[in-house]
This record gives sequence, structure tokens and C-alpha cells, in this order.
Amino acid sequence: MSVAEAMPAPTRELVLTAQDLSVTFDTPDGAVHAVKGVSLDVAAGECLGIVGESGSGKSQLFLSIMGLLASNGAAAGKAQFKGADILNLSPQALNAYRGQKMTMIFQDPLTSLTPHMKIGRQLIEVLTIHQELTRGEAERRALEMLEKVRIPLAARRMNQYPHELSGGMRQRVMIAMSLLCDPDLLIADEPTTALDVTVQAQILDLLRELKDDLGTAIVLITHDMGVVAGICDRINVMQHGTFVETGTTDEIFYRPQHDYTKMLLAAMPRIDEPAKAGPDIAPPDTVDTDGPPLLTAQDVKVHFPIRTGGLLFGQYTPLRAVDGVSFSLQRGETLGIVGESGCGKSTLARAVLQLVTLSGGSVVWAGADLAAKSKPQIRDLREEFQIVFQYPLASLDPRMTIGESIAQPLRRFKPELEPEAIKAEVRGMMVKVGLEPRWINRYPHEFSGGQNQRVGIARAMILKPKMIVCDEAVSALDVSIQAQILKLLLDLQKEFGLSMLFISHDLSVVRQISHRVMVLFLGRIVELADRDQIYDDPRHPYTQTLISAVPIPDPVKERAKVRLKLPGELPSPLDPQAGLYFMPSKRVDLPDPPPASFEPYQPRLEEVTPGHFVAEHDPYTPPQT
Amino acid sequence: MIFPWNRRTATLMEEAADVEGRSLWDDAMRRLRANKLAMGSLYTLGAIIILALFAPLISPHAFDKVSFICGQILAPPTMAGFHPFGTDGAGRDLFVRTLYGARISLAVGLIATSVALTIGILYGAIAGYIGGVVDNVMMRIVDVLYAVPFMFFVIILMVVFGRNFVLLFLAIGAVEWLTMARIVRGQTLSIRKKEFIEAAEAAGLGRLQIIARHVIPNVIGPVIVYVTLTIPAVILAESFLSFLGLGIQEPLTSWGVLIAEGKDELETAPWMLIFPAIFMAVTLFCFNFIGDGLRDALDPKDR
Repeated sequence: MSVAEAMPAPTRELVLTAQDLSVTFDTPDGAVHAVKGVSLDVAAGECLGIVGESGSGKSQLFLSIMGLLASNGAAAGKAQFKGADILNLSPQALNAYRGQKMTMIFQDPLTSLTPHMKIGRQLIEVLTIHQELTRGEAERRALEMLEKVRIPLAARRMNQYPHELSGGMRQRVMIAMSLLCDPDLLIADEPTTALDVTVQAQILDLLRELKDDLGTAIVLITHDMGVVAGICDRINVMQHGTFVETGTTDEIFYRPQHDYTKMLLAAMPRIDEPAKAGPDIAPPDTVDTDGPPLLTAQDVKVHFPIRTGGLLFGQYTPLRAVDGVSFSLQRGETLGIVGESGCGKSTLARAVLQLVTLSGGSVVWAGADLAAKSKPQIRDLREEFQIVFQYPLASLDPRMTIGESIAQPLRRFKPELEPEAIKAEVRGMMVKVGLEPRWINRYPHEFSGGQNQRVGIARAMILKPKMIVCDEAVSALDVSIQAQILKLLLDLQKEFGLSMLFISHDLSVVRQISHRVMVLFLGRIVELADRDQIYDDPRHPYTQTLISAVPIPDPVKERAKVRLKLPGELPSPLDPQAGLYFMPSKRVDLPDPPPASFEPYQPRLEEVTPGHFVAEHDPYTPPQT
Repeated sequence: MIFPWNRRTATLMEEAADVEGRSLWDDAMRRLRANKLAMGSLYTLGAIIILALFAPLISPHAFDKVSFICGQILAPPTMAGFHPFGTDGAGRDLFVRTLYGARISLAVGLIATSVALTIGILYGAIAGYIGGVVDNVMMRIVDVLYAVPFMFFVIILMVVFGRNFVLLFLAIGAVEWLTMARIVRGQTLSIRKKEFIEAAEAAGLGRLQIIARHVIPNVIGPVIVYVTLTIPAVILAESFLSFLGLGIQEPLTSWGVLIAEGKDELETAPWMLIFPAIFMAVTLFCFNFIGDGLRDALDPKDR
């Protein structure tokens, strides 16, 4: 029985209702109807999920209710907050509601906080404006709220600036700020999209508690079916400005009616059941196991000097972004590299491609040590290894047509080709990645993210390289587009016997596409094994925690899931002993600053079963939440 | 009956319609056209340039000859003998002289700005893109040159090489490029961090190729705006030098020279100051409004 069914209908105390609400934008290309007459309601103690892909109008719907539309937008229809009409009120009238009775938190917690004000002052300002508290009372209340959202050392945080906090901490501060005046309604717009999975799990737990303990009504706007599964009571699926399906969470997940809902559920990568994505999306049988490895990384280190003090000449401490990583890659193999932000996965990729300078170790490409080669020699080798970037629009030159961008590697490596031949090859490649060849003269800003990512893949593939590195190549895309791009990469791998380094923070996607998976933590490998081995039998506490934090788009499983927690505060990457986080028994007490000659104990990789490597760690059972 | 060429034309037209798309430049032009102030300035400036180019050819007077039709120095504006702006202290027609001055002032503005533009873009892009020690050394050189007083620099040039028309362009250009280099360097620093530069590196391009193909085209937007602000600054600088007697020599003239002469006759013949001053002020306003319009039009946030 679902939560909604358990709640007798008459007791629902409606907090927010909207009838026939529409939002129209006046643009140079004519009127754009972002929201086309939708109705919804949210009751106290209830969580409503609004699910849809980018451009579905889900954010604009709630921005219009909050009176935050851009100046060329207009809202029509009816929206009521506890029976009072609030749509299109003057800002002065709306301020009686927003910020205190209804609040909104956004995706990027850094841009939502004022950078030059200390956390404490920002919180106190909200209280003094809305509640006329004295400074002492306001300070006490702010501190209390920071503790409520489980910010460790809350009193110290009050005196810190937003940039001193991690992404997860900032989002907690935002939630604390929105809760200061005991709101009846909290609108969360993609609150966890920019956060790591373990942090996302904590924020979702926090929202769930708010709903249950304080009876706050919550609207959760997201593109991620996994996020809504565990927390929402009801879900509205939004596409092209209308709700295509509404229902309880169980109805949506187990008895979807609309094709779009079914498509969303099918496209969602499943960490628990990778086979659900179908036979098309699985690593193909292309690995050349007998030949010599195509790429070998041996004890790769990349250290960045970070200025930590000193006056004129400064004192520098190395930031160990990548600290002794070794692996090898066969022809036709996909190695997935996962880890949370700051674990060094992107730096590792750039080190392998020689886009950053190694501080130690070596990279051997097809039998030749790249360190021995000069810069022009490496430039000539770039024909054989290419990279696909995370943000499709940022990785294309805005002043070049997509045809020119795709042709660029060709012009560099095959200067003998005639312009007509180059054009023909570009067109051929465009067809292969699913772009219309007649778009050859268009500019990147005319395309969607998915289409631009296809351009990026076409550019990487045009020289038929032996290896491509995908650095979060599908992370910025909608799930349906993500599935298409994954299929495209797998098809290309089958056709050309391509090797791939697939870097992602998304463990579900990595499971779908990789032959082997490597987990990084603070620049070091903690576990490396075959794809099924690592997910079915994770040995390292960090891997176990990561896997348990991934939301599963299945409400029953998600509610029943046991989540593991990491011990204590995460270490600063500048701490030379950060690598001993899971092995505190080997830590030694150091003076501050630590002597430059100090070399901490390096946990070794142990082969627990053939092909399954786990970093040494103290026996540790992660606490459950 | 289907003619094969008909079908071919049809597909070609179809392709053309598809290919067109809206480029960044089209977008910018559309926004610029919507800006009435900028467009009005553009037309006014065009009219001044056409006048400066052609009016002296059709006028009955020469810029350096005393006019005897009227036979009078310091004549007020009169249509008798066609002296719409009057004559100056030597009896020369002021209308022709003002337009000759426009030729010189606009030429100084455009040529000195081009000198500044070329040096500034190359210098700034190289310093910003290569970075590190190279950047530090190159920008400290700029700082040192900034510290040299402009007038002192020009006077030394004049003393060493003598008063020379071309030297004027070079002297002004050599000072204006410093700011241009700083602007381009700043823009390059932000562009260097973009992923598409890394993509070009990963595609095997060398430094100079990346600067030429990716960095410079992307700094052009802010640079164009700065150029339209530099041209008036250069015209003012030339006026200033001529005013002090370091610029253009008689009988050639520029707006700065005319204004300097006009100020001496302010009480007896105010038209000698008023007409060149109006032309100069209108031109400077035009360049500034066009600069504002271009800045708004090229701002991608407006899209």
C-alpha cells in the first residue's frame, strides 16, 4: 500500500494549488509557451515530485508561482497559497509569502549565496527582515537551524564565507536559510543535481525528515527518476509544458500509462539491474585479451603546488590530485573510472592524454613511453587518442560552424586532403553519429546539448583513433539522450574496436558500459575489478558506501535500501596523510606545517580474487543511516 | 515532364534554406539594427565621411587658397560666393577647411587605431595564451611603457625625427596599443580556460594555430567595442597635439588646428570655433553611440 493511499483524503490540508497555470515568453522568434495550462496541488507533510527533462517547463512553472519569472515572461491562470491568490502579485505583496511561508532552493548553492557575506550574517539578515528578532535571538535561531540540517561545527561555520564550504555544506546552508521562518512550503529545484551521490543521499534524507517531522510540504523538481523514488508521495510527469501523467509514486513506477513516462523509466540506467537497459547497452565482446596492452599507466602522479601561506615568496604545499595510479587498457576494452568530485579522475585522464604534466610515473602508449617524447612528437601522436568532454557547448568553439569543428583534426593530420574530400568525410561522420549532414554550416548555439555532444563525438572519432577518453561525456545530458549517446559509443566501439576510458561520477552508467571499473578516492585507486564483480561484491568500505548511495528508480527497493555512511569529516586533499583516511592505524602525528621530506605510508593494492584489486584498509563497518 | 535541372535547383534551394541558420553575427546585426541611436549615429557618421571625401571636390574654393570672390578675411557665413561657414583670418573658405580637417582627423583615428589594434591583439593574445613567465615579462614591459608620459614621448619623437605627418600616426598608435594589449590579454585568460581550447590542444594543434583560429576570433567581440571607443580618443589626442603645435602643419589642417585657431578669434569670428567644434563633437558622439550599440549587440547574454 502506498503512502498516498494510507493517508485519508479529507485530512489533506492544501498548501499550494494551481489551476490552468500557463507561462509564455515573448522572444524575438515569437511567443514561446513554456507552460501550457497545468493544475496541481500539494498538501502539508506531502512531497510532490515534478519530473521532466530539460525544456519541459518544470522550473518556469514554479518560478512563476514565486513571482521570479524573467522580465519577458508572463504567467496566466490561478495559483493559491493556503487559499490566497498569489499569482502576479506585486513584489511587495508577494514578499509577505515568499522567503518566509514559501521558499525555494536552487540547483547551484554557490550562486544562490552572496559571496562576500559570512554564512551567519546571511542567515541573520533573513530573520531580522522577516521576523523582527533581536540580534541575539536571531543568532541563536540561525545556529539552531544549522545544527538541524546537520552541519558539523555549526558555530564555526557561522563565521565562514560561502566559498569555504563544500557543495553539500552550501546546499545545507541554503536549506537552513529557507527553513528559518518555518515555511509551509519548500520548493526544491534540482537540489542535488550538482552534488556527489553520497552527499545527495544525505540531502534527500534531510528533506524526508523535514516532511515527516515538521509537516513541511515539499515540491521536488528533478530530471532524475531515482531521486523521486524514495522520497515523493505523488509524482507529476511533465513534458512540453503539460503534465502527461500524474499519480502516486507507486502508480507511476509500477503502472505507468503514458509512453513518455515509460520511456523515462526505461532510459534510466539501473545500478541494480543493468540488463534492464536491453542488449544494446552493454559492453560489447571486443576486448583483445591476448595482445599487449594499448595503454599502461605506471604509478602516475600529478601534484599541483598550492600556495598555503608566506608573504612575498609564498609557501607551497603539493595538492596530490593523482597520487600513484597504475592500470592498463587492452585494445577494444572500456575501463570505467568512478569517484566523487575532487578524486582526480579528470586530472588522471588529462595526464594520460599528456594535457597536463606528470609529476611522476609514466604513461606507455602502444609500447612507447610518452615521457621520452618531445611536445611536437606527442602532438603528432594525438591522432590515435582523442577526448570527449563533459559540457558539449563549452567544448565547441562558438565562432566555428560544427562542420569546421569536426574537420579540425582532419585538417591537422591529413593536410593533403582537398576541401571537397574533407567535407565528404565530415558529412559521412555526421551521419554515423546521427546528425543531419545538411546541418554542416550551423553554429553550436543552434543545437541542443545532445546534438552538440554528437558533434563532440564526431570530432573525436573522425580520425578513427585507437582510444577515446570520455570525461563525464553523458553527465550533462537528459536521460533519454544519455541512453542514445551511450548506444552510439558502444556502436562505434563495435565497429572500430575502440578502447575507452569512461570517466563518470554516475555509477549506474559506468556499470552499463564498462568491462572493468576502477574506483578512485583522493587521487588513489581504492578498488579495481570486473564490472559485475565490483558491484556485486564490493570489498572496500568506500566502494560499498558509494554503491549504497546511488538512488534506485524503484520505490519499494529504494525505501527498503540500507544506506552506509562514511566515517567522520572527509580529509583535506592538502593533508599529506589524506590517503590514510581508511587506514587510520598507519597515521602518525605531524607538526604543522609537515616537513617536506615526509612520505606517508602508501596503502597497497591487494589482489583478493583474480583481477579484483582492493586497497589496503583497516577493518571497518560503515554505520548505517 | 520533369527537367533534371529543376530538381537540382529545388534540392539546392532546400539545402540553402537549411544551411542558412542564424549565426552569431546575424543575431548581433539584428540587435544593432533595432538600436535606433546606434543606427542614427552610423548614418550621421557615413554622411560626414561622404562629405569629407567629396565636398571639397565640388566646392569652388581650395583649402589653401585665399578666396577673392568675397575678398574679405573673417567673413561671416554667407551664401554669396558660397562660404556657408564663413572664412578664416587668411580669407580661406572654412567649409572646405573643416572638411579637409575631417579627412585628417578621421584618417588619424582609423590608422592609429589600426596600428594599436594589430600590435595590441597579437601581443595580448600571445601573453595571455602562453602565460607564466612570458606573460609576466610581456606585461611588465607594458607597465613600464605606461609609465612614460605621453607628451614627453611625443616631444622626444618630434625632436629626433622632426615634425612629420606619419610620425603622428605612429606616436599615437604606439601609446594606444598598450590598453588594447591589456584588454586582449584579459579576454584571452578567460578563454584559455574554456574546454574548446583544450579540445583544440587534444586535436594536436600547436600554440600559434590555437591563437590564430580559436583565441583571436573569440576576443574580437569586446575588441570591436573598444576600437570604436579608441577612435574618438585618438582624434582627441591628435587635436590636443595640434592645439599645442606638435601636430599637423599649415596649410594642412585638422579639427584640432581649426579649433585652436578659432579660439583666438572667439570674440570677432565665433563661427571659426563653432563649425569645426560641432563637427568634432557630433563625430565623437557617433563613435561612442556606435560603440555602446555594438557592445549591447555582441553581448551573448542578450540572446
